[in-house]
Amino acid sequence: MSQGLVIMSYVVASILFILSLSGLSNQETARRGNYYGMAGMAIAIFATILSDQVESYSILIIALTIGGFIGTKAALKVEMTQMPELVAIMHSLVGMAAVLVGYANFLDHSIGLEGVEKTIHEVEIYIGIFIGAVTFSGSVIAFGKLCGKLSGKPVLLPARHWLNLGLLILTIGLGSMFLTDAETGGGTIALLLMTLIALAFGVHMVMAIGGADMPVVVSMLNSYSGWAAAATGFMLSNDLLIVTGALVGSSGAILSYIMCRAMNRHFLSVIAGGFGSAGGEAATVEGDVSPIEIDETVQLILDAKNIMIIPGYGMAVAQAQHTVNEISKHLQAQGKTVGFGIHPVAGRMPGHMNVLLAEAKIPYDIVFEMDEINDDFPKVDVTIVIGANDIVNPSALDDPNSPIAGMPVLECWKSASTIVLKRSMAAGYAGVGNPLFVHENTRMLFGDANESLQAVLKALNNHSYE
Amino acid sequence: MKIGIPKEVHSGEKRVATTPIVAEQLIKLGFEVSIESGAGLESNFSDEAYKESGCSIRKNAKTLWKNADIVLKVRPPEIHPDFDRDETNLLSKDAHLISFIWPAQNNELMQKLAAKNATVLAMDSVPRLSRSQKLDALSSMANIAGYRAVIEAAQHFGRFFTGQITAAGKVPPAKVLVIGAGVAGLAAIGTAKSLGAIVRAFDTRPEVKEQIESMDAEFLMLELEEDGSGEGGYAKTMSKEFIDAEMALFARQAMEVDIIITTALIPGKAAPKLITEGMLESMKAGSVIVDLAAEQGGNCSLTEKNKVVVKHGVTLIGYTDLPSRLATQSSQLYATNLRHLLTELCPDKNGIIDVNMDDEVIRGTTVIKQGKITWPPPPIPVSATPAPQTEAPAVADVVNKAKPSIIPQPIKQLLPMLTIGVALFALGSVAPASFMSHFTVFVLACFIGYQVIWNVSASLHTPLMSVTNAISGIIIIGAVVQISAPGILITILSGLAILIAAINIAGGFLVTRRMLEMFRK
Repeated sequence: MSQGLVIMSYVVASILFILSLSGLSNQETARRGNYYGMAGMAIAIFATILSDQVESYSILIIALTIGGFIGTKAALKVEMTQMPELVAIMHSLVGMAAVLVGYANFLDHSIGLEGVEKTIHEVEIYIGIFIGAVTFSGSVIAFGKLCGKLSGKPVLLPARHWLNLGLLILTIGLGSMFLTDAETGGGTIALLLMTLIALAFGVHMVMAIGGADMPVVVSMLNSYSGWAAAATGFMLSNDLLIVTGALVGSSGAILSYIMCRAMNRHFLSVIAGGFGSAGGEAATVEGDVSPIEIDETVQLILDAKNIMIIPGYGMAVAQAQHTVNEISKHLQAQGKTVGFGIHPVAGRMPGHMNVLLAEAKIPYDIVFEMDEINDDFPKVDVTIVIGANDIVNPSALDDPNSPIAGMPVLECWKSASTIVLKRSMAAGYAGVGNPLFVHENTRMLFGDANESLQAVLKALNNHSYE
Repeated sequence: MKIGIPKEVHSGEKRVATTPIVAEQLIKLGFEVSIESGAGLESNFSDEAYKESGCSIRKNAKTLWKNADIVLKVRPPEIHPDFDRDETNLLSKDAHLISFIWPAQNNELMQKLAAKNATVLAMDSVPRLSRSQKLDALSSMANIAGYRAVIEAAQHFGRFFTGQITAAGKVPPAKVLVIGAGVAGLAAIGTAKSLGAIVRAFDTRPEVKEQIESMDAEFLMLELEEDGSGEGGYAKTMSKEFIDAEMALFARQAMEVDIIITTALIPGKAAPKLITEGMLESMKAGSVIVDLAAEQGGNCSLTEKNKVVVKHGVTLIGYTDLPSRLATQSSQLYATNLRHLLTELCPDKNGIIDVNMDDEVIRGTTVIKQGKITWPPPPIPVSATPAPQTEAPAVADVVNKAKPSIIPQPIKQLLPMLTIGVALFALGSVAPASFMSHFTVFVLACFIGYQVIWNVSASLHTPLMSVTNAISGIIIIGAVVQISAPGILITILSGLAILIAAINIAGGFLVTRRMLEMFRK
């Protein structure tokens, strides 16, 4: 295939990728968008394989087949509650691939570049490998935290900011060493050392970030994986990689920004880690909790007309989304208005709750964003909070010393009554006490969310037969 | 102990002091319950129903009164038409009577009961404490009166309450003014509102503004500052200036509204005259006034007690028996109030009551204890006003106190821009043309990404992440172009990279597809 055709295919692929992302602007076009993405990818890969640069096919085809097979298997097997883990581990793969491609490119001496162009090329390799390695190790740690293999608590080393700065300076120092050595054909040692530092940097960065900030971390790593691809594109002078990398990079960056805004935190303070460790003493929560039993819960729900359900990570853990759907269908059949209120950072990744609700076949037009429904709570008769804590914490609004002060929250305490499903009185991921639980309109239903909801559903069914 | 429930003798009174359901609960408390035959008929509770719940039925009122240790009634005792004797005479010595008494107005009755050595608990004297809300019969009756007032008004009003646009033309909604937003007023507001009317309300106590607005009605404000809250959450008499301003407001409203419901009462005084004949004349023909204060002389000067009259084309409803006109409902609520009181009186559930004068609810309710008049009780200063909110949000003050910055704000905003600009020019001055063309593509792609991603729906953020994940697998291209380069190490590295990126591409796209398939309307 001629170079012209290859480049034209790349242009087509770029356009398809852009269409793919813009298709996600709403649910109707999203499926089509995904197919655009697949088509773009297929065109890009075939054009490259058929181009003059590729001569040996056997390894290529074997690697493609194995990789494709593993990917397909994983995609079909994964539980929707495990989406954050899957996304995190896939980020690490992109990072890994960027590192490998970088090394391969470094070892390839057949590219004849001279002078400034050569220096720039080497800088590109260096940066590409750096970003790739940080993405890789950071994502692996994020994966560990998300699937519970590592503790969600932030691990804070003493003087961690100085440590980060030291690592950065070391990286720059090694970079100039690498450039001088590369002139004479060396530089491998500097490059390997830098890779180790980058790996350590990624580990340290994600270790220091608390569990509640996981949505930011996941989207940030998404962004990094894009920048890694873009850096590889510069290295190989390949515009398709640059365009795609930039698209993914800015997508992740915007998601991180949206998540930070949803928590009223600065991006830098999330990245720097150590959430909730600074600031004044937060007011302790005092008051009596009023527990409630299943039949009272059912009575409250039956008496209500307008019901709002707020799912949190606890729903994902208990796998309660299907039961929630049954209950919501049941209540709708009785002519009640049922809505779902989703906080942007509910769960462990952006949009996590939406996916779980969609999996349970809850129609997306009764699922609302926080900004859409927050003003409606005074009209709500009963709010059911399922395994959420920090996103419904009133102290975010009225306690300036609270670690989550200023974070927009779902103001469910304004509804006539609130039922909170919770395992125990333990604090949320942010480790903050929640005055909602002792609010006079709040009733606590203790126990596993799924078991409690199953019981509620059973009672509702019995009720309708009477 | 034996509880007796006689049939009410007051003419037109349809209520009864207990219902079959409540009687059953009273029996569970250990009491024996007997009821006069036909006592519940007017409230649609048959003798059979009472019998089923374990009551004994007595044909004769005299024997019923004689055998009862506790008599439950609705109205205060009066002349029994069948025997031409006062009901107090039927009450056996040392017995207990629980009913409405109105001790302030019925001094003679109080003396008679005291002479009988009776113990009397007055349902109208229940102190207003949050603990005693469940036995507050005044509130439960007022609630019914407020509801019924609107229903009566609707009956005499010639139009819809709600606005409609029909093929036969447009119907404007009725405008309702509620004066006095106590329990009855609030119930009237809620009922009128749910029928679709435009509701305005006025009260001298500013603390009820929030309650009125919570019912979605408009609170009419006076320019004047004066708090009308009296002791016990009731209203007090206002100053002359206030009353003048208030009357001017009513005069303006009278010209505009279709229905006025007045509920203004001051405890122990005649009802204030709020609607004058002049205001009545200014009202539109066909308007309706429901005067809930008719018992105490009425808020409107032309109201006639217990009658519906038409004056100047305005229907004036002066019924004083509104709760009785909803007898089933009010009997049920009143009976429940009585049951709560008996539960308080009988903490051991052994059917024996103990009039414990140390309990402030029982103390306040008891007006005669074993022949000794104990009314009025020592005052318990309480009010329906919530405690002033001390925990008013102080957030705004604290958060906004940012540290003063050394760099002025405009420069601070421009600084990142300037830095980026300088860096770009520095790069441009050394970079070769080939790099710059790639760089141009890169910057433009970032902007496209920025524009496109902001449009992505928040509910699709997870699919967005997985699809960008798949797309970033495009790095496979980098590996593919290098796999044919000389050197086995490069081939191995590239092969590995292809394998990894292929996992990403296949996994990312397929899992996105799986997710998107689930998003259904």
